[in-house]
Amino acid sequence: MASCKYDWPAAGQRDAIGKSTDRIDGPAKVSGRAKYTYDINRPGMLFGKMLTCPHAHAKIKSIDVSPALKHPGVKAALVIQDVGSEIQWAGDEIAAVAAVDEATAEDAVRLIRVEYDVLPHLVREENLSKDGDRAKPAGEQKVGDPDKAFADPEAVISEGFYGIPVITHCCLETHGNVVEWRGADSILTHSSTQNVSGIPSQLGAALRAKKINVQDSNIETICQYIGGGFGSKFSIDRWGVVAAELSKQAGGKPVKLMLDRDEDLEVAGARPSYFGHVKVAASKDGTLTAWSSETWGTGGPGPSGVPPVPYILTNIPNIYKKHTSVSTNIGPARAWRAPNHPQACLMTLAALDDLAAKLAMDAMEFLQKNIHLAPSYLVNTYQQELSKAAELSEWSKYWHPRGDKTPGHLKRGLGVSLHTWGGRGHAGSCNVIVRPDGSVTVQSGTQDLGTGTRTVIAVVAASTFGLPVDAIQVEIGDSRYPFDGASGGSTTVGAASAWTRRGSVDALNELFAAVAPSLGVQANQLEARDGRIQVQGNPSKSLSWKDACAKLGAKTIHTVGKNPGPCNLGSVGVGGVQVADVTVDTETGKVKINRLVAVQDCGLIIDKLTAESQVYGGLIMGVCYSLFEEKVMDQTIGRMLNANMEFYKLAGIGDIGGELIVHMMTGPGYDERGVIGLGEPPVISPGAAISNAVANAIGVRVSQLPLTPRRVLAALAKGGIA
Amino acid sequence: MKIRVKINGVTREDDVEPRLLLVHYLRELAGLTGTHIGCETSICGACTVLMNGAAVKSCTVLAVQADGSEITTIEGLSGRNGQLHPLQQGFWEEHGLQCGYCTPGMILAAHQLLSRNPHPSRAEIRKALEGNLCRCTGYQHIVKAVEWAAEKVRAQAEHA
Repeated sequence: MASCKYDWPAAGQRDAIGKSTDRIDGPAKVSGRAKYTYDINRPGMLFGKMLTCPHAHAKIKSIDVSPALKHPGVKAALVIQDVGSEIQWAGDEIAAVAAVDEATAEDAVRLIRVEYDVLPHLVREENLSKDGDRAKPAGEQKVGDPDKAFADPEAVISEGFYGIPVITHCCLETHGNVVEWRGADSILTHSSTQNVSGIPSQLGAALRAKKINVQDSNIETICQYIGGGFGSKFSIDRWGVVAAELSKQAGGKPVKLMLDRDEDLEVAGARPSYFGHVKVAASKDGTLTAWSSETWGTGGPGPSGVPPVPYILTNIPNIYKKHTSVSTNIGPARAWRAPNHPQACLMTLAALDDLAAKLAMDAMEFLQKNIHLAPSYLVNTYQQELSKAAELSEWSKYWHPRGDKTPGHLKRGLGVSLHTWGGRGHAGSCNVIVRPDGSVTVQSGTQDLGTGTRTVIAVVAASTFGLPVDAIQVEIGDSRYPFDGASGGSTTVGAASAWTRRGSVDALNELFAAVAPSLGVQANQLEARDGRIQVQGNPSKSLSWKDACAKLGAKTIHTVGKNPGPCNLGSVGVGGVQVADVTVDTETGKVKINRLVAVQDCGLIIDKLTAESQVYGGLIMGVCYSLFEEKVMDQTIGRMLNANMEFYKLAGIGDIGGELIVHMMTGPGYDERGVIGLGEPPVISPGAAISNAVANAIGVRVSQLPLTPRRVLAALAKGGIA
Repeated sequence: MKIRVKINGVTREDDVEPRLLLVHYLRELAGLTGTHIGCETSICGACTVLMNGAAVKSCTVLAVQADGSEITTIEGLSGRNGQLHPLQQGFWEEHGLQCGYCTPGMILAAHQLLSRNPHPSRAEIRKALEGNLCRCTGYQHIVKAVEWAAEKVRAQAEHA
């Protein structure tokens, strides 16, 4: 294959690429110097607070913010949704104030008077028969002849009900912004966002719709550090627009409007639920023959999303599936890390695990036998990953048929799951600047969610220029830099690595052209290695990086790197396999994680440390939604009962007693695919793997996540080992 | 009410409202925003600081309760020349962070542990950090970071 000028270097010549590099933003974060949006304190800053609706469904009859405006210390107050507006969820924003401090703003909000006409609501959807006309068809599909396949007298059939509730994002930093007007026609926002380059045009459009004239080019958004996003922070959101309006009303003073924790949990992020009855069939030798599912879920007032089932094994010859979307008053859905996949994964892999148990087959063997039904480009990957996961989890030693028969109340079990994701780099760009003193800067309007964007940029630029990683100055998180796409869907590392590479190769070629005459060769005979520009293969004819850059004289090199662009630097479509090893206490119903094994492919790795960290983080988030997380809604009052972190529980360090074993698939067969994103994949499988492990331990399926003690004990009461 | 608090070695006097929380006092009056706000209700530990050497969740302490005390925040942990404390270095070296929002609280909770127990086992580290939540890193590297720091602190003590 002909080489392309931007191609990744061959193995052995990649310098820092693929090795473990400490994140370059580490010192700022461990010393408290990193400023998150919540930490931005601007001169003369006011604090914004909102009045939210206490009803799940209501119409506003009257509203009066004037008492708030008269309160000492209040500088602005406004109505967000006026008389006649129909409110679709509790916690929706009704009015707002800005005051000199947070406590005064809270006092003032309490003075706002609103009257509502309360309307009927629906906030629980898990019983489809009670959902009435809120339930709407959302797709039906038939492949082959499922009726015939299920009627085959030789077929082994398993039927089950499975469910995964609505959960929230629960970012440790809540949503919000600090917004200020810089004169009559210019705005600066500090925003907790996954979408630095996208915020100005969102805010501009929203304000112009309210007849507040400002053009996008006069809006600057900054986000240097963010305390979590997970798919919930792509938008300026209504509260960001409100902060801009409050600031304008207060003469341009900065307004900090961060959501309180309860507001954040109630309105700023929900992953759609997914419930369903599944029937699967296989021939006696374990070959899958048919899938049938009738599923439903809610994404709040909007559509629920349609999880892709059967997951992974899409080439099952006979398929019937039907999905129903239930409109509820629980608050709007937001993309949650790997949208639709964890739901589809649980529905499919739990059903298949139950079928394997009915066939009296080893679950790992069952997946190997049927993996040819996966998309062809992933079959080989899955075969290798299943073997690796079996090896690392000591599957043959610890796996047993359903129900741990050892005496006592502690039952151990193993479960396996697999997943896929796209992960192609999004469209974006950067500046690469090489100055005559040898300093190198890469600038982009991208963001680092903690995933390591800064470090990836530095590693790629350093490896291209033959410099140490700390020689690269990375400037991101400001919309004045070149546009980059939002960080969602595992698209950032593919984009950032590619635009940095293209911009850096072009910059290096300009430097070669400037240096070539003094080394007496053509520019294309030069290479950058070990901090020097040298004649290829001849280090004795060389200049140090600094001396080479000095040849630029008064000129500074400035190139723009873009993605997409020439040469294939990235790809799409990864596979991963995970195994969970759990112990269930059959007296208390408590599930303990002993080990989680994650085997993951993501093409060419740029920084092994940040890549592995993504997998560790995905596993923990997976444990959280498998064991603890649920947005608990009360049908009587229509509100979330656990809108705080005491009862919206996340896994603490004591909940993960066991070891997390992460193995990245790298080397020949993987690296040449180029860079593929990794944020979503590792969070997809834990639900199914842990649910399957619990079934393996106690001999009965706990049909719904999270696997709380109550649900485990209820399942045991219906059967199981004991 | 008038209060006098020594923060990171510097004494401040302020007239504060009785309802002002220590976390807001530190962030808004003293300008020390490395102490983060997460859950607001003493669950997540992002706002952990040292009060007379003991780790406290500053969202549950009133500023007036801190009158007369010595407070150490994450900004006060580094040395005079800005060199990182072994715990800060450990969290960086061992990759005990991603977004970093929980990190200052984690480090200060771990600081209390090491001041009481220079040789903590992995189980003791987990026990000591039970009041601090992390949403994105996974805890494995955090345990390693504290182990790394414990060893470094012991080595420094032997040299001294």
